[in-house]
Parts: sequence; structure tokens; C-alpha cells
Amino acid sequence: MSMTTRPPASPEKIPTRWERFLDSDILASFLRSKVTMVAAFVVLLLFIGAAFSPWIAPTNPFDPASVFLADANIPPAWQQGGEARFIFGTDDQGRDLYSAILYGLRVSLVVGGLGVILAASIGITLGLLAGYLGGRVDSLIMRIADVQLTFPAILIALLIDGVVRGIFKSASREDTAIYVLVISIGLSFWVQYARTVRGSTLVERNKDYVQAARLVGLPAPLIMLRHVLPNVIGPVLVILTINLALAVITEATLSFLGVGLPPTQPSLGTLISIGNRYLFSGDWWIVAFPGVTLAILVLAVNLLGDWLRDALNPRLR
Amino acid sequence: MLAFILRRLFQSLLVMLSVALIAFAMFRFVGDPVNQLVSLDTPQAQVEQIRRSLGLDDPVIVQFFRYIYNAARLEFGVSYQFRLPVISLLGDRAPATLELAFMSALFSLLVGIPMGVYTALKRDSWLAKILQAVSLIGISLPTFLIGILLIYLFSVTLGLLPSFGRGEVVKIGNWWTTGLLTVSGLKALILPSITLGLFQMTLIMRLVRAEMLEVLRADYIKFARARGLRTRTVNFGHALKNTLVPVITIAGLQLGSIIAFAIITETVFQWPGMGLLFLRAVQNVDIPIMAAYLMLISFLFVSINLIVDLLYAAVDPRLRATIGAH
Repeated sequence: MSMTTRPPASPEKIPTRWERFLDSDILASFLRSKVTMVAAFVVLLLFIGAAFSPWIAPTNPFDPASVFLADANIPPAWQQGGEARFIFGTDDQGRDLYSAILYGLRVSLVVGGLGVILAASIGITLGLLAGYLGGRVDSLIMRIADVQLTFPAILIALLIDGVVRGIFKSASREDTAIYVLVISIGLSFWVQYARTVRGSTLVERNKDYVQAARLVGLPAPLIMLRHVLPNVIGPVLVILTINLALAVITEATLSFLGVGLPPTQPSLGTLISIGNRYLFSGDWWIVAFPGVTLAILVLAVNLLGDWLRDALNPRLR
Repeated sequence: MLAFILRRLFQSLLVMLSVALIAFAMFRFVGDPVNQLVSLDTPQAQVEQIRRSLGLDDPVIVQFFRYIYNAARLEFGVSYQFRLPVISLLGDRAPATLELAFMSALFSLLVGIPMGVYTALKRDSWLAKILQAVSLIGISLPTFLIGILLIYLFSVTLGLLPSFGRGEVVKIGNWWTTGLLTVSGLKALILPSITLGLFQMTLIMRLVRAEMLEVLRADYIKFARARGLRTRTVNFGHALKNTLVPVITIAGLQLGSIIAFAIITETVFQWPGMGLLFLRAVQNVDIPIMAAYLMLISFLFVSINLIVDLLYAAVDPRLRATIGAH
């Protein structure tokens, strides 16, 4: 059959992926909710700020050549004694706070993001194994999950942080801090993914296409990865969004408590912890601006996650 | 019923044993306990002798059971940084943490329940909408930011309340100290209690609101209204009473989280409790304290869960039947 005999596919009949997206319920519910649109805009803005911080930030706060101790504790530009080159003022080492926040946002999002990805990878793997294999494996994994779920994640993250630092004692703290944090967050938050994936895997396992794949003689790992995984991944995306906010809070809390990132590579939590020391001398801006940034980030991501959960849940529509 | 209790007890014991295994593994394999007790120029023979006297050359399984036996007698070893028995360190700081946890639980119940009832009854009023929005922010804000905000407002700007420590404490009996009997002790409790309780408060408010809305739709409420009972009697006598069972359950289950989250609040307010001690231990990799704290907190969590489950089974026969059938 040559190409000319076939009628050209009209865009009405076979919509492209983009057109299907424009027509979808998700987009409609997104456009209906003003709060969600604002939250998405804020998240986008913060992500761009974090991703391009070396180019957006007026100074590099970690380059000793451009930081002068004489500039320490300068108030924000609009206050008495403020200087135009430091919009949000400077911290105790003379670093431009606006630049430090952009760099800190980047560190916070990288640690939170990697932590969530690690948690999801562990959780999805264990959930698939538990749901698909069943039996002893299932009860062992789920028992561990039950025990871990009894404790608040922050406590587990603190414990893991202490243990991992005990093991890595020989290495210098600045090199390992990020990995320690990612491991702590990853091991603290995997349970929810495992439970969700296990639940959907139990349903999928008995469907015809999985039975067929098994009859054809495909090995179990291949069935789990190629056939079951794509069908159970949906709800995971929602948890991923909500957990990003939780992971960022956990990272900030650990850094604030002094067991996270050191002041030489500060995240938002480290900046807040530095600023907290200057609260009583009246230098409120060192703690206020990183704090507000963290609060806005978490609130916006939470709002986005709430909306995504409602939009993807057909029962609530 | 007996079978159910036994099974539930066995489960709790199993959880405690696995936690003990983790605590033991930390204690034994993260950092060498002997290295912390000797200096660089201690002769090798003496090091070996200390190792033997601590029983560290016994088979691991023997050491594990010895660890459990000691833990059951509340002997958790000696802290690396303080060179004091861990249990006396924890015991000294327990009253501060327990008082703080109790006050913040009280705060979250006394404020959260009325707010929940109000937002359920006056759903469309502007105040209810503001409270709802505030509760969303309360859930989103990290605990330490709330603490810093309160300190800035009430200590730095207004100078009304202290920002750190317990104030003046009174000794009761041999080891309990309380801040509840002095003015400065009570004032010192206010900000930390609010900081720690705020998250639970928003949780309870949302829970009460959801439960109230559910109950208010029930038939017996409609019937009570139809009988001509006063609105107040219906709302508080019938509706609220029936929402309180799940609320109290959740509040009880949250008690453990409050004590765990006290770590953050105690750091912000330099509150001399177990949480601050635990944090110092994490910072300095003081494994005996970390392991002991883990065991204690786990015991607390497991006991609370066990009590709640048993109470539920005692109250609700249906639950007993379904759990027993498994």
C-alpha cells in the first residue's frame, strides 16, 4: 500500500499526546484552581532559582575572594544602614544573603530530591518483591515496614545519621555530609512507597496479562519490571511530590540540629541555624529570609501535592 | 480474648527484640567500645584485659543476650562523652521532657478540640476559613521555624517570656524535678509547649472537624433535632461526645511522637531534657546513649500501641472477633 492511497490522519481523529493533554481532566482541574496555579508558579520559580543559582546570584557566597568579613551583618537594603548590593543583607561572614539563599535552595532541593528518589527506589523494589513473591518474603518485608512505621521519620533519620557518621568517622565531615543526609532520608521514607506498590502489585499479579507473561516463561524479575511496574507506578508519583516537601523539611531540621550540612556548604536549614544565633542581637534578617523561603517552598509543594492527589483520584472528582 | 491478648503480647515482644538487636548492633559494631575507654598509650595487655572484663570476646549471641538482660535491668552502659552511667543521665533529664510533653498534649487538646468543633459548626464563617488556612500553614511549617518565630515575637521583641531553659525548678522526692510550681518555671514552659503542641493541635482540629461533620449527618442527630432538643444539647451532648473516642485514641498514639519531636523543640529552647541529650549523643556519636534512647522510646511506642489495641478490643467485641480470626 502506498502512502497516497491512505487518507491523511486528521488531527480530530487521532489526537497527539499534546492535544490529549490539553483535553484532559487534569489540566482542567489545574486551570480551575487558582491556588494550585499560584503554587505551581512559585515552585517553578524556586526550581529555576535553584537550578541557575550560579548565574542568577549576584555573588558567589562560597568564593573566599569575593566575601569580606567587613561586610558582615549588614541589614537588608531598605533598612537603615543597608546597602543596595545586598538586597536581603549579609550574614555573619559577610556573605550576600540573597545569593546564599539561592545556593542553599539548590542544596536543599538536591538533597531532598535525591533522598526521595532513594526512598522511592528502595520502597518500589521491596514493594514489588513483597507483592509479587508473597509468602515469607512478603511477611518479612511488611513486618519491618510495620515496625519502622511506628517511629517518626525524623527520629529514624537522626539515628541513621549518627550511625552512618560513626561508620564514616575517618572521612572528613564536609565530604560525606550530603551522602549521610541522602541515606538517612532514603531509609526513613521508603515504607509508604513499599506499602502502596505492594497493594497494587497484589491486584495486578492475578490479572490475565501477568498470567500470560508467566505462561510464556518470562523470568520473574522481567515480569515485575516490564509488566507490573508500569501499572503500579501512578500513585507513587503523588507520594513522591508530597514526600519532597517532607524530605526538604527533614533535611532542614537535621541541618538546623547541627547534624546535617556544615556551614561551608549551607542548605536553607544551615542558614537558619546560623541566623538563629544572631536573633538576640537584633539581626533578624539572617534567620528570616531563609526561613520564609523554606516555608514558601514547603507550602507550595504541599499544595501542589494535595491537588495532584485529588486530581488523580477519580473517586474525589 | 485470651488468645488475642497473648498474640498481641507476643508481637510486641518480637518488635522489642528486633529493636534490641538494632541497638545491640549499634552498640557493638559502630565504634569499638574499648577504644573509648582507653587512651593511646594504654599497654596492649591492659586493653585486652578491659576487653575481657567487658565480655567482648564472648560469642556475639552471648553478648546479645547479656545486652538484653542488662537492658531489662535498665543498665545501658557508660556514656562515652560524660563517663557516667547512661541510665542516670537519662533519668536526670526525664522529668523535663515528660513535663514538656504533658503540657503540649494538654495544649493541643484544649485548643484543638474547640477549634475543630467551631470550624465544623460554623463551616462558612470567615473565622472558620481563617482557622482552616492557618492549620494548613501549621502543618507545613517545620517545628524549629515555629519555635524561632515564637522566640522572636515573645522573647526578643516583646520581652515577655524566657527563650531558653526551664526557669526555677523544685525538687520533689528523690529524682523528680518540676517547673510547674514556680512562676518562672511555668513561664518557661509556655513557648516550648506551644511549639511542640502546634502540629498535634492542627491534627486534632482537622480530625475533630472531619468527625463532627460526619456525625452531624447521622440519623440519631436528625432524630434528636426532630425531638426538639436544644441545638446546644444536640451539638455538645450528642455529637461531640461521639467524636471524642477516635480523637482520644489518636491523641494517645501521638503521645509517643510528641516525645520524639521534643528533640527539635528542646534544641530550639535549650530545654534540658532527654531529647537534647540524645541530640548531643548523635552529634558526638555517643552510641550507648543513642542505643538506650532508642530502646526507651521503642518501649514507650510499643506499650502505647499495645494498650490502645487492648482497650479497643475490650470496648468493641466486633474488632475482637475479626482480629482473633486472623
